This record gives sequence, structure tokens and C-alpha cells, in this order.
Amino acid sequence: MIKTRGLLMAGLMAGLMAAASASAEEGGIALLKADTDIANSDSLQRGARNFMNYCSGCHSLKYLRYNRMAEDLKIPSAELEHNLMFTSDKAFDGIDSAMPPDSVGWFGKQPPDLSLMSRERGVDYMYSYLKGFYVDKTRPWGVNNLYLPGASMPHVLAQLQGLQKPVFKPGSDGNGGAQVELVGVEPMTPGAMKPEEYDQFVRDIANFLDYAGEPIKAKRQSLGVFVMLYLLVFFVFAYLLKKEYWKDVH
Amino acid sequence: MAAGGGLLGWIDQRFPLSKLWKEQASEYYAPKNFNFWYYFGVLSLVVLVNQLVTGIFLTMSYKPSAAEAFSSIEYIMRDVDGGWLIRYMHSTGASAFFIVIYLHMFRALLYGSARKPRELLWIFGCLIFLLLMAEAFMGYVLPWGNMSYWGAQVIVSLFSSLPWIGASLVEWIRGDYYIADATLNRFFALHVAALPLALVFLVIAHLMALHEVGSNNPDGIEIHKYNDEKGHPLDGVPFHPYYTVKDLVGVAFFLLLFCAVIFFAPTFGGLFLEAPNFEPANPLQTPPHIAPVWYFTPFYAMLRAVPSFAGTQVWGVLVMGASVLIIFFLPWLDRSPVRSIRYRGPIYKTMLGIFVLSFIALAVCGLKPPSGIYPTLAKVCTVLYFAFFVLMPWYTKYERVKPVPERVTWHD
Repeated sequence: MIKTRGLLMAGLMAGLMAAASASAEEGGIALLKADTDIANSDSLQRGARNFMNYCSGCHSLKYLRYNRMAEDLKIPSAELEHNLMFTSDKAFDGIDSAMPPDSVGWFGKQPPDLSLMSRERGVDYMYSYLKGFYVDKTRPWGVNNLYLPGASMPHVLAQLQGLQKPVFKPGSDGNGGAQVELVGVEPMTPGAMKPEEYDQFVRDIANFLDYAGEPIKAKRQSLGVFVMLYLLVFFVFAYLLKKEYWKDVH
Repeated sequence: MAAGGGLLGWIDQRFPLSKLWKEQASEYYAPKNFNFWYYFGVLSLVVLVNQLVTGIFLTMSYKPSAAEAFSSIEYIMRDVDGGWLIRYMHSTGASAFFIVIYLHMFRALLYGSARKPRELLWIFGCLIFLLLMAEAFMGYVLPWGNMSYWGAQVIVSLFSSLPWIGASLVEWIRGDYYIADATLNRFFALHVAALPLALVFLVIAHLMALHEVGSNNPDGIEIHKYNDEKGHPLDGVPFHPYYTVKDLVGVAFFLLLFCAVIFFAPTFGGLFLEAPNFEPANPLQTPPHIAPVWYFTPFYAMLRAVPSFAGTQVWGVLVMGASVLIIFFLPWLDRSPVRSIRYRGPIYKTMLGIFVLSFIALAVCGLKPPSGIYPTLAKVCTVLYFAFFVLMPWYTKYERVKPVPERVTWHD
């Protein structure tokens, strides 16, 4: 009885959940699946390296401390200081970008802090975004993004990925005029990496940013398994205790 | 009362400890036929304690200022030992509170628990629900994310539609000309001191009223007609130990679900913790779509469903207010000769089914942007929601009911 009703409730909430996430995805182009694994520390270490070398010049991770990152990702402190810390920060500081305070006008807006980007937009979004740059001569940096139209970020990883060109679906605007709808991107010039290598490169960054958004995530999930096991045992004993007491009630 | 010896005797001569324990637990007789729906009272108590305890610990590290609030939450999530667990327990507890309260209230609709002599018990419960909504709303503002900010902006602005006093009332609530540091500070004071205090007092009053009149049960009949030689009801069992051990099973099952959310899905797909709230409050940019948290969306949908009329939006606000206030009148709207749904006819069952479906549909409408079928659906469901209450005196009075048993139904 309890179980069926509980399942009913769970089903109801799952329905609401699906409704909520569906409304979040309405409109725009469907995101690519990042397929990241927060428990894969090799991927997280590579992601940290990629981030520090390609992203941290402009983007900070102000809520993540260097030493916390090193501890969680099992990076030796010598490695951290020589290869991952490029600013004058101390190891206990939050990860700052190299942007000077007067840089606000460089890109039209200050590059955002990425500490919580994974929680705000999700890991699939970050993976898709890094694969979504295409050539657009009307933009200040010559590129636009499939997943964030009008993005003000230049394609920093163009040298690795190569350039992509937009794919349009021709249509009509209803008045006999031509209207084109952007539906995707395709490779234009090759980069230093093969497509699979580039995918893994940005997947590692997305995975690392997922970690940065909630450093406790992997530990939370592994701890949760033990909590559930404990509660399951507790439930069984509570049920047996109840049965023992209630057998006298007629 | 004759007091025993020892420490307990010493206390009993000065404070009615044993007397209280007997009256409230070991000799409080509850009907023995409680079913699944009778777990949600004790579960709301469990969640209340969870909110109070985790809330105290959050207060130790949270900074109620517009400049520091958002960062202090991240400080709790990252730097405070166990802070992430305490915060997730609190944020999940907020949603869990509404789940168990809604089911607890639904139980009253099933078995007529609000009917005479339990009207005051019901009213205390409704007041708890009202305060809980205020408590949840103010708590939601505290993380000072962008959804906190714009949610507060939308809800507080509702008062501006009131005639004459609207504008100055809104200014008085905010303490500023927009949602600002002063607003956050006072919401913090109300969230951690005033409202919890009032809530705890009301919960005590709710329990005192319950133990005065005794619990209803799934058959909706009184158990005090048939007593044994000692004067105890034949269909009742002492709350302790029978219901303490039974509730322990319910609590364990609840904790399994509660901890599954905390450890594996703390944002619950963006329903319990909304994605735009991981962006700091930005008075210059709204989130793409402003929606309240799921537990408010049925009422929010009713607010949006009412069109403006005679140049003012106040009607939607009045309808939303009425949708909560009408619940208070349930004991007097229900004219059925029986209490429990087990002995009612098909009309009440149909009306209750429609009511539940429209409430869920309203919750979905409130989450969605007002386009497509949702505005129409919300209008229809608002009418159905009110029809359940407004028509109740007629459809319950004239409905054919089944005969009610003398003793409670009990399967051995």
C-alpha cells in the first residue's frame, strides 16, 4: 500500500519535473549531449589543464580555490604551482582571471565568472557552446555561436578545432521573399586536432566546469549510497518493530 | 495526582511531566484504523524540525546583505564543513514541507476531518498553511539569486494593484523604492524569527485542538461511543507505543525519498532549486521566464488567469487571495450527513477528483509561460477549483450516502 502510493507520488513529481525541463528547452536548437563523468578524475585533471591554459586568461572561477581544486582532483602542489597557477594568487585564493580592472570594454562586456555556469545552464550547454562557433563576418570577432546567438566571445579554440560554417535551411518569409533558418554547422577548415580529439578536449572542460559548479557533487553521490543503505536497514527494523507491537491489536 | 519517588517524583510535584506524557501520548487514544493518509501529520512535524534545525545552522554562516548574501551561500556550499548537506536539507525540506502539507490537507477532504467538532483544528491548520507560504516566499528571496530577486519583485508588486493604498503599501513592504538591501534584511528577520515563532505556536495550538477533540479516522465516525470497562475506546489504541512505532516506519520511508533527493537530485530537475537562481540578483536583467517555485504555481496560475477589468489588475490578486481563504470555510461548506468518502455518493467523489486534477493542472500552468493552451486551461481550472467549494453546500446536502457503520472498519 505504502509502496504503490509512494510510487504514484514519485511518478507525479517526475511528470512535473519533465514539464519543467521541457519548458526550459523550448525554442532554440537542441543541445548536444556532453556525456561527462564527474567521477572520472583523469578527465577532470585534463579539463583543469585545458581551462587554465585556454580559458582562465579571461574567465575567473572565483568560488573555487586553487588548493581545493588540487585536493579534489589529486593534483600535487608542485604541479599546481608550476603548471596551473598563472596569476600572482596564493593557493588558498579563488581562481582569478588575468583580466585587468579596466578591461570592461574589450569584449563589450566583462567575460563572466564561470563558477556556477554549469548550475545555471547545464553541462550539455557548455559542451555544445564550445562546439557551436561558426564563421559570421557581421560579428566583431568574425564568429557567432549556434547555441548563444550574438555571443561576444571570440573563438579562442579555433586553432584546435578549425573553423565551421553555418548550415541554413532555405524557407520563405510568407511574402515571397527568401528567409533562411540556421539549423546547424559543418566543418570549413581543419584545425590542429581531429574532431574526436577536439570533442574530448571540450568534454573535459565541460566536466571540469561541472565539478567547479559543485565541488562536493561526486562525494555527495557516493555518500548518498551509504545513507540509502542505512535507511533501508532502518526501515526494515522499524517495520518489524511495528509488526511486533501491532500483533496484539484486534 | 499522587507522585512517585525519585527524580521523576521530584519533577512531578513541581511540573506536570507525567501528566502531560499520559494525556498527550501514553493514554491518548487514537483510532486503530489509520491508513496511509495519516502519516502526513507526523511527517510535517519531522520536516518542521528539519527546517528549524538546519535553518539555525544556515543562519550561522549566511550574510543577510545584498552585497554578500549570494557569496555567503556559495561559502556554505563549499567552505563550511557539511554546509552543502545542511543547505540541501533546508532547500529540499521547503519543497517536502509543501508536499506533505498538501497531502495532509487532501486527507481532510477524503475523510471529512474538518467537520464538527474539528473546525478550530482545521482553521489552525489553514493558518499554518498561510504562514508557511509567507515563510517559504521570504526564504526563497534570501539566496539573492536572480530568480529570488525577480520573484520578489513580481509578488511584492501584486500589492500595488490594491486601490488607493497600493503604491505606498509596496514601498512600506520593500523599505525602498525597489527590491533592495533593506528588503532582504527585513525578509531575513521575518524568515528566521517572527514567522517560525508564530508557526511553532500555531503547531502547538493545532496539536492541542487535536488532542482535545480526538483524531478523526478513515471511516469518519467517533470512536468514543463503545468503551471497555476502563472507559477506553474499544476501537482506539494508545498513541504511544502503537502510533509512535507505526509512525517510525512512515518516517523511515519518507527519509528514504527525502535523502534520495538530497543526495542524488538536490535541484530536482530545476523544480526545487531553479537554474536561474545560480546567477546573482541582477536588477537590470530579468531571467528568461519568471515563475514561482512549484508549490506556489497553482495560486500563481489563478492570479494570471483573471484578466484585467475596469483598468485594474486587482481582480487577479483578489481571486488568488480568495483561493486560499475559501479553504478556511470548508467545515461549513460541507453539508453531507457523513464525513468519510467511503460512505459518500459518486458526486462528491467526482467533484474531489476534478478538484485534484484542476489543482495539478494549475500547478503545470503556473510553471509554463502564458502561451498556447495554458491560459485557457488555467481559466477553466480556476473555475473548477472554486466550483468545488462554492457548490459544495448543494452537492453534499442532496447526495445519497451509504449507511455508516457503528464501529470502525478493521481487517485483521
